[in-house]
Amino acid sequence: MPARLKAGKRHRLRLTLNGREVAGEAEPRLLLSDFLRHALGATGTHVGCEHGVCGACTVRLDGLAVRSCLMLAVQAEGRRVDTVESLAGADGALSALQRAFRRHHALQCGFCTPGILMSLSDWLARTPNPSEQAVREMLSGHLCRCTGYAGIVRAALEAAAEIAEDREKAPHDV
Amino acid sequence: MKPAEFDYLRPASPEEALAALAQAGEEARLLAGGQSLMAMLNMRLVQPALLIDIGALAALDFVRLEKDALVIGAAVTQGALERRASLAEEVPLLALALPFLGHYQTRNRGTVCGSIAHADPSAELPLALVALEGAVMLRSARRRRTLAAADFFAGMLTTARRADEMIEAVRFPRRRLGAGYAFREMALRHGDFALCAVAAIADDAGLRLAIGGVADRPVARDFPLLEADALEDALDDFAWALGAGDDAHASARYRRSLVRKLGREALEEAKCRRG
Repeated sequence: MPARLKAGKRHRLRLTLNGREVAGEAEPRLLLSDFLRHALGATGTHVGCEHGVCGACTVRLDGLAVRSCLMLAVQAEGRRVDTVESLAGADGALSALQRAFRRHHALQCGFCTPGILMSLSDWLARTPNPSEQAVREMLSGHLCRCTGYAGIVRAALEAAAEIAEDREKAPHDV
Repeated sequence: MKPAEFDYLRPASPEEALAALAQAGEEARLLAGGQSLMAMLNMRLVQPALLIDIGALAALDFVRLEKDALVIGAAVTQGALERRASLAEEVPLLALALPFLGHYQTRNRGTVCGSIAHADPSAELPLALVALEGAVMLRSARRRRTLAAADFFAGMLTTARRADEMIEAVRFPRRRLGAGYAFREMALRHGDFALCAVAAIADDAGLRLAIGGVADRPVARDFPLLEADALEDALDDFAWALGAGDDAHASARYRRSLVRKLGREALEEAKCRRG
């Protein structure tokens, strides 16, 4: 990719999406959230407020949870992006985090859920044995209009406990 | 809400970024983490002809511990600084303030210097920089200069940075022996813009209190070691001097009461932490 990308022109870019090399075209002004959905067809990532407040579009960039609406697609060139589509196994089996969400009815309409799952999948791996207060503070970066958060907090804490257990069983394989 | 069109430049070095900035001047905007600028672009509050992306420049991605300050380069994210294990020892006030800054997800991408450059009156990092009497290191294609925090912030979203300058780094003075630090904030929910944010420093010689979210920029004031009624009077005087206004989120009266209450709490806590 050349260093200066002209406005109004589409530029080819490559990135690793959910472990697969993918390529697409984007104008400089195209947001990563729109690139994922419209150019790559990864519609699991939802778009809410488009100014970084609601958290629905959260994805993982090189592992870290970030807002895909506060990033340009061209900034993801050569980077690793993971979306909610990456969480379940190839056979469709849900991850521990997703199973906890189902058990605790941590979603109703599901619009905010992909973003919350991507935040938690990063944050729980970095934050062993989090307190409920810490979970709530992390969740302040997400707006959910249905659940009142009680189920989400319960699911997050249960998934944290399960992840901690797995870590004890297989400390090198987190 | 999508940004208007712009050219996008990914310079290979700070020098290349500065050359482009010198040429484009006010037509260009520097983009680092983009956690303020991208929102403004999406809402079309700014429509630059050129975005110069310095966020991935390795030369600006450094945190340097010097004799008297922690120097933080322009590409360092707030999250990276928060995860620095020695931060609470080096600059305790920063470690106390960072958890209040936006959200986990925005700190992962937002930069320390970007928040300083944006100069939101309620932002935590400008407040901490003013409280600690830190400095902003500016660089243009022609020269470098360093400004004291109090001289850098010029009002709401306004700074002394010239159109051809970038913030290369910021200097946060290190923990002073014998000093105690505290931070308090009130927002509608955790991570929202502060209605009032307070940084306090205490040592055996006196007290220093800095307030964000009330005036058009962070403001600090020094006090002798006051107690009880004398402290209440001093805080009340400071609260009025900040010229709080009414807005949709809080009345001026409420903001003044927050200055008094949070200010007193933070100063007491800072006093307890001296040593």
